Amino acid sequence: MKRFADLFSRLDQTTRTNAKVEALATYFAEAPESDRLWTIALLSHRRPKRTVTTTRLREWAAERANVPLWLFEEAYPIVGDLAETIALILPDPSQDSDLPLTHWIGEVRALAALDETARKARVLAAWDRLDRTERFLFNKLITGGFRMGVSQKLMTRALSRATGVPEPDLAHRLMGDWTPESTSYEGLILTPDPSADLSKPYPFYLAYQLDEGPEALGDPALWAAERKWDGIRGQLILRGAEHHLWSRGEDLMTDRFPELARLIDFVPQGTVMDGEVLAFRDDAPLTFNALQKRIGRKTVPKKLLAEAPVILMAYDLLEWEGEDIRAAPYAERRATLESLVRPLPAEAPIRLSPLVDFDGWDRLAAERERSRELCAEGVMLKRLDSPYRDGRRKGDWWKWKVDPLTVDAVMVYAQQGAGRRANLFTDFTFAVWSGGDLVPFTKAYSGLTDEEFRRITSWVRRNTLERYGPVRAVKPEHVFEIAFEGIQESTRHKSGVALRFPRMARWRHDKPPGEANTLEDLRAMLAAYG
Amino acid sequence: MSEPLLIFTDRGICCPAGGFYIDPWRPVERAVITHGHADHARPGHSSYLATENAAPVMRHRLGDIRLETARYAEQRRIGDVTVSFHPAGHVPGSAQVRVERAGEVWVVSGDYKTADDGFCEPWEPVRCHAFVTECTFGLPVFKWRPQAEVVADLHAWWRANALDGRFSVIGAYALGKAQRVLAALNSSAGPILTHGAVEATNEVARAQGLPLPPTVRVTPETDLKAYPGALVVAPPSALGSPWMRRFGPASTGFASGWMALRGIRRRRAADRGFVLSDHADWDGLNAAIAATGAERVFVTHGYTQIFCRWLSEQGYDAAIVETEYEGESLDAPAEEEAA
Repeated sequence: MKRFADLFSRLDQTTRTNAKVEALATYFAEAPESDRLWTIALLSHRRPKRTVTTTRLREWAAERANVPLWLFEEAYPIVGDLAETIALILPDPSQDSDLPLTHWIGEVRALAALDETARKARVLAAWDRLDRTERFLFNKLITGGFRMGVSQKLMTRALSRATGVPEPDLAHRLMGDWTPESTSYEGLILTPDPSADLSKPYPFYLAYQLDEGPEALGDPALWAAERKWDGIRGQLILRGAEHHLWSRGEDLMTDRFPELARLIDFVPQGTVMDGEVLAFRDDAPLTFNALQKRIGRKTVPKKLLAEAPVILMAYDLLEWEGEDIRAAPYAERRATLESLVRPLPAEAPIRLSPLVDFDGWDRLAAERERSRELCAEGVMLKRLDSPYRDGRRKGDWWKWKVDPLTVDAVMVYAQQGAGRRANLFTDFTFAVWSGGDLVPFTKAYSGLTDEEFRRITSWVRRNTLERYGPVRAVKPEHVFEIAFEGIQESTRHKSGVALRFPRMARWRHDKPPGEANTLEDLRAMLAAYG
Repeated sequence: MSEPLLIFTDRGICCPAGGFYIDPWRPVERAVITHGHADHARPGHSSYLATENAAPVMRHRLGDIRLETARYAEQRRIGDVTVSFHPAGHVPGSAQVRVERAGEVWVVSGDYKTADDGFCEPWEPVRCHAFVTECTFGLPVFKWRPQAEVVADLHAWWRANALDGRFSVIGAYALGKAQRVLAALNSSAGPILTHGAVEATNEVARAQGLPLPPTVRVTPETDLKAYPGALVVAPPSALGSPWMRRFGPASTGFASGWMALRGIRRRRAADRGFVLSDHADWDGLNAAIAATGAERVFVTHGYTQIFCRWLSEQGYDAAIVETEYEGESLDAPAEEEAA
């Protein structure tokens, strides 16, 4: 564990990418193979099954630290991380140990077969043999949610440096449904068998946001444009008479969208498509609000299937007739995709994402303005001669989103943040006017600079009107521009509306609170975009 | 029954029988000051009383004030009460204020730290009936390691950066923390540079005889090539500001109790966090309160609600007092930055 803890500290103690890659590459060259494989798994969000509930962990830690449970529970949100809270609150260990990472993962997995008393004894024994950092990591192995400040891209780069295998190949090998129990370092990284896993997805190609206009992209004739659909990105795999649907976060979503199973009847095996899962009815996409009801449901009730049926809005073809065609130019892949999808009957749950016709950037700008009425978030630009690459890379794909909706609102409540933001006021509630009253309608946590958070924190401390537990009512004095991506009706909120992705776009020092927007303004937006 | 020895008002902690306030935040006739930090020693009072060792920093910050000084433990009669200062271990000159009337003793701790840092006068417990305490780090997750271990980490970091040919820039509160860090360093390890705000306080500290290693103030004219691998001590807000550019790809760290929390360190995007606080940790607070023998405890600033509940469960008659003290901040008030 000391080697792994040392790796963690080295990654945690630098913000320089090169130093991180170097630390990882050294680790991948030197650590035992089973530790390497587990490290790769942890850094690609695969973790051992949870064998202890966090409730028990909290109780045991509080007991061991000799503090009442309520005190532990108060400290936890301030620290912002359960594994860290436990690591900090426990007394120093009485023993030293240096067993490999794989040993401790074995310990975590062994807990599953034990009764509660034995589990507690094993966990307390582990805590007593690990120092603060090791203990923090051990707790993370139990609770999951491992984040080490290393993206998968960076890990892949380090692994490539340590093994000599090119990055794109590694990125592909690391995708999909493997676990350290189901494979070996050798089998996954060094000599993989492509037919072993029919569900293995390709790495998604992700676009960068286009912040200026598209003019800098040069000749419009070299580019194709599509709508940027407001659904869930998905990679559909049809191989060996099975179908698999992967999300961008590498979750298998196959069972959540059962209607796509019918595609087996329409699309030949040996096909992999990239597209957007959209709620779709009467030949038009529904708003994201409709799809949202299906997110997080593992099984879908019939009523919802009828209300918000989904299709795949296909926009790229990665594998065709069993061949990986990602290196072919976009124009060619697109032509094959069109020949595949065009002839399909309307009952097939798939559509071809249409190309947006434009002869110059002005025309495209005008098309982009129509996005909201088409239930799209903006337009996508793809270079006609570009391959399908992996990860987020600049140059060949760009997303050009519509500007967010905005309202000017008055800050009325403030609450301290957690974790990274523990001693700052960062969580705010905003209100708009209704007659002479301020009606709260949204919370927002992000969008200000650290400097602005510090200033508002100092202001909140001096301008608190009342406290309700951790929440403070503050003088209605500051106006913020709240940006958001969508608005829908809500019976749970007093204001009657709920916003999607609200954040603070600007601190309007220039606006007195009396000039903030009104509830009528919000209702008008709901009517237009809800 | 007579009026309490101390009462809590919207101007500050008041001693009606003595006719003075302790660390008031609004202008008063007579202010008794625990230490020179901006949230405790504010401008605008008609007269001040503080320790001899706190006086230089207060004069430096507040200018030409009417300031009387006293030695630690020296007893003063003010009105109907006896007042004395006792070391708080927070920064040089910092004091707890003991107030006594007819055998009843109250102590206002200001900010304090129980561990000896080898730089300021070490904290001393003062027996009392009622104790007014801070609780900036009043949660059981805050447990400081011995200063020597943290300073050893700091030297190792400095050495590694120097070998890499990089500067090590450490952010430390300019008034107190920076000097404590400087005093703990092994000055033969390499050259030490300072930001102007830190050097201004260094000058005050040196003038009053505090032992600091030699430092060089960084100005636009400073030839940084003459100080390869130097350690640079700057106020926290200077890190990430344009002032930093002159040092190229330097490694950065902060010295603060808040660095105990990984999330806060990550928010500040520093490479390293050195957990060094001028406030008591959880065990320190509890030990200090127990050592006073007080039955009544008033908590002023920090995690007051949580800490007050904890003390009540431990059998103390505990209450929260609203004040305008701020405790340990990574961000110095603008006043100090400009100095």
